Amino acid sequence: MKYDVIIGLEVHAQLQTRTKIFCGCATDFTPDAPNIRTCPVCLGLPGALPVLNKRAFEMAVKAAMGLRCQIAHFTKWDRKQYFYPDLPKGYQISQYDLPFSHSGLMEIPADPEVAGAEGLTRKVRIIRAHLEDDAGKNVHDESGRGSESQVDLNRAGTPLVEIVTEPDLRSPKEARMLLEEIRLLLLYLGVSDCNMQEGNLRCDANINLHLHHDSGITTKTPIVEIKNLNSFRFLEQACEYEVSRQLKTYGHLEEIADRTKRTFGYDPQRGVTIEQRSKEEAADYRYFPDPDLVPVIVTADQIQLWQADLPERPQDRRQRYQTQLGLSPYDAGVIIEQGRAFADFFEQIVTHGAEPKQASNWITQEIQRILNERKCSIGEFPVSAELVGTILKKVSDKQLTLKAAREALDALVSYSEENTVSHETLEKVIQERGLAIVQNDELLLNIIQQVIQKNPKPVADYLGGKQAAAGSLLGQVMREARGADPQLVKSLVTKALDALKSGNS
Amino acid sequence: MTQPQQATETSPALPLSDVARIARLARLKLTENELAIYANQLGKILEFMTVLREVDTTGIEPMISAVPCENVFRDDLIVESLPRKLALANAPKTDGKSFLVPNILG
Repeated sequence: MKYDVIIGLEVHAQLQTRTKIFCGCATDFTPDAPNIRTCPVCLGLPGALPVLNKRAFEMAVKAAMGLRCQIAHFTKWDRKQYFYPDLPKGYQISQYDLPFSHSGLMEIPADPEVAGAEGLTRKVRIIRAHLEDDAGKNVHDESGRGSESQVDLNRAGTPLVEIVTEPDLRSPKEARMLLEEIRLLLLYLGVSDCNMQEGNLRCDANINLHLHHDSGITTKTPIVEIKNLNSFRFLEQACEYEVSRQLKTYGHLEEIADRTKRTFGYDPQRGVTIEQRSKEEAADYRYFPDPDLVPVIVTADQIQLWQADLPERPQDRRQRYQTQLGLSPYDAGVIIEQGRAFADFFEQIVTHGAEPKQASNWITQEIQRILNERKCSIGEFPVSAELVGTILKKVSDKQLTLKAAREALDALVSYSEENTVSHETLEKVIQERGLAIVQNDELLLNIIQQVIQKNPKPVADYLGGKQAAAGSLLGQVMREARGADPQLVKSLVTKALDALKSGNS
Repeated sequence: MTQPQQATETSPALPLSDVARIARLARLKLTENELAIYANQLGKILEFMTVLREVDTTGIEPMISAVPCENVFRDDLIVESLPRKLALANAPKTDGKSFLVPNILG
């Protein structure tokens, strides 16, 4: 039987403001010191008055613009009522009918495993992005025997942007790719650190199947919402499990009477989804406008200013690296995935004269290798992008071989441990180590003649037909003429020997 | 809570089942008697509000806020939080570090 997988995501990202969304409590991650970042506002004490954090609003707008959403001119705050120990106010401050943004679009490559999707772009419509406050954290007794749970409200009131997509995704893999793409976007925009271990990026997946029975009838399975997925892998695995579960449960049914939406959680240890809330207790949030908060009105001028200020989206950069710099989609993707500082470094190498493809190879191989060895980030790389660009320019100008360039970079890196490295250092390293390509053919020819004269035995062997004997001669010439282009040396040595050969005969 | 009044008046503008549902959502445990009282009172409030339906509101924007202002912001500046001891002061139960609640997973 044929079937379509239908998935939509709700992504929650913590904004990296210094303080909470409606009060001045710090938002730093302090799991070992519970309940030290609270005040009457985020504790929900009577009489406390929330006031919107301007930076939180601006960051959220930035995120929405990155998602190509329309920014609303008028937006307001609503109370979403539910009871849970980590929600001290008894309601979440969120946005119901007038979110600050709506109607965006994200694009990812379609999953080639989906029938007919190979090579296509999956356009995922963003319904809305809105702002809300996060809940606190319940800490459960690990042993499972305790009769009490601990509640830590340090996180309560942290600004969250919630991004809601249309159900435009067609496979668990596409769901993961979209979340990855959203993470990359938020990182590049500098609005969230998206640290998934700390729960700063979480996601709910809404998933169901359209079953196309052989009889020609199409049935839709009830939508399941899988809550609180905090890793890319879990998102994909949970969706995969849910596809198989729904297929098994409903695959044989040409009629599904009860299509009430249900809520599930994911147990990564067992790799299964588990129903959380029975439909009788389906949530009824009784939204109403928050009387403590005033609306936000944004002018067209302000929107234009923000738009002009928006950093380049990683999606656009990836495209530019292909069209403008001629990188392959793969290479462009690898660089972009490493983050904005990494991509910036790459661009600076190119600006300083490196050929883009060469710069791409270097940053993903040589520089990445050094970063791995030194366990540091690109921001801590000891050699400036300008110097790396200069080294690579020397390669394209045929002043250095690639091998010599690598040696120069390694030398600069080790030199940097005790000194600052500059252009002078680079020139010194090239000079001292004799890394420059010996371009003066006359000099090279002299060396070759000397080596031939000093080594009658291998020369005689070569002339006697032992081709391999040229190897030791080549090696000696390379040692004498450090930095010479091996191809050039080889052709000159062969030429000199062949000249002897014809002279002898 | 004060002694509930007797449910004498009968104005069941609101079905008892609705009142029970609202009470459940608000985690209020009401007796049959109380349900009837609130059905009556809430019914009256709703009835009172229906007066508004008589007003012609064509072309009038819904009022979002009772406060005639907008764009009230604070800067992203840290304000000292409450000492933990004070934060936990109203909690029915704590371990000195966290609020303690009946086991959630249990």
